Amino acid sequence: MSEIPAELKYTKTHEWVEDEGDGTVKVGITDHAQDLLGDMVFVELPEVGSAVNAGQECAVVESVKAASDVYSPVAGEVVEINELLADHPDLVNKDPYGEGWIMRIQLDSPDGANLLDAEDYSAVLAEEEE
Amino acid sequence: MGHRTPLYNEHVRHGAKIVDFAGWDMPLHYGSQLEEHRQVRTDAGMFDVSHMTVSDVSGARTLDFLRHMFANDAARLDAGKALYTCMLNERGGVIDDLIVYRLNEQRYRLITNAATRDKDLAWLRDHASAFGVTLDAHKDYALIAVQGPRARDKVHAVLKDEATRAVVAGLGAFRSAQAGAVFFSRTGYTGEDGYEILLPAAQAPAFWESLHAAGVRPIGLGARDTLRLEAGMALYGSDMDETVSPLECGLAWTVAWNPPERDFIGRAALEAQRAQPPRKMIGLVLREGGILRGHQQVYAGDRFVGEITSGSFSPFLQCSVALARVSGDTAGDCAVDVRGRRLPARVVTPPFVRHGKSCIDEV
Repeated sequence: MSEIPAELKYTKTHEWVEDEGDGTVKVGITDHAQDLLGDMVFVELPEVGSAVNAGQECAVVESVKAASDVYSPVAGEVVEINELLADHPDLVNKDPYGEGWIMRIQLDSPDGANLLDAEDYSAVLAEEEE
Repeated sequence: MGHRTPLYNEHVRHGAKIVDFAGWDMPLHYGSQLEEHRQVRTDAGMFDVSHMTVSDVSGARTLDFLRHMFANDAARLDAGKALYTCMLNERGGVIDDLIVYRLNEQRYRLITNAATRDKDLAWLRDHASAFGVTLDAHKDYALIAVQGPRARDKVHAVLKDEATRAVVAGLGAFRSAQAGAVFFSRTGYTGEDGYEILLPAAQAPAFWESLHAAGVRPIGLGARDTLRLEAGMALYGSDMDETVSPLECGLAWTVAWNPPERDFIGRAALEAQRAQPPRKMIGLVLREGGILRGHQQVYAGDRFVGEITSGSFSPFLQCSVALARVSGDTAGDCAVDVRGRRLPARVVTPPFVRHGKSCIDEV
């Protein structure tokens, strides 16, 4: 069973969102997503300063097996990217909710995002299992 | 639920992630594909390849039959020797690639792919009657590949019977031998040394566990693919199919042109393209910026020349490598469209890695 921290928010496309409390959120992919993709070997990061819409492709994670788009869970501007991933894409596997974070986004609006809580996301995974 | 090999329960017990492969429930990996890849390059790993098709051809005219059916010449085989070949259609396209083993003068063994099982057996049977030969597909067997620089030593260590051990340890490359109910061949699909071992289904789980106890780690289909890609070995269905000739997928070396009077199926079509095959296989190395994948488009300058047939990350070289099929007149370095970006890639002659060493010159 994959890990789903209760304090984070989620998307149906398997991103997680952490509220940093300063109008920005950190974004990564979930434990379930990294497990499905397998060993990561390349992460294509967005450019700092780029504007993203909710649901827009903004990064790519590539495992040995396949490439997978990462969708921005929120609308805003990318203000920081995890540059460690350039040399250590395996951090996404080892620590998906910690050192394997992908980007930080400055929110356009503080309450605009339509996200799942941990319980809803568990239900999404349970549905996928079927 | 798909077909299951005699080793299915061992895979589950060792934590395999099971996926469908050509209708079979097979292990993709047992935790980390990269770690399994490294294990085979540096030590020893074992693969369950029991989904592959094993059949024996027998009868007085077996050799004539095989010389007609295959582009490589089975007359090159002495007892115990193995031969890699393509089976072609009349247009010179590859129906399948396979290994032929000579057991004795009137009996040869074929190991063909899993996904092509039905069409292979039908094609062979269609032609068998004209030669009066019989084709028997094996049942209730397991096929285990043990590969890596320490694979042979570890296999020898689990062979309790001294006579068997002596026979197996004495096998040269591409040689095979029957020892009791078990058939050993010194062949593989990884670019490393090792054996492929065909044994009765009932013996397979215990043999697998004895290898495990000897330090041979189970390896999934994921690492099998990256290992064979690094070794520059073509994969049926990706790098070639019935629309591709062996001259166009890097397998010209498996076509036996001599003697010229040998009339194998597809020969006329191959002769017609022999001087200048319309397409050729190249190797590509991408140092940074992304991962090469199947079906990405390849360019020489601004000209579209073909596409990648197999591409992935090379765990050994720590960058991406690929096999591509391009127009026969392509020269110089190429660029590949990687998810919308045109990235320059070096053109090399495969293999990329053999026997634990890079075959690519550093630039």
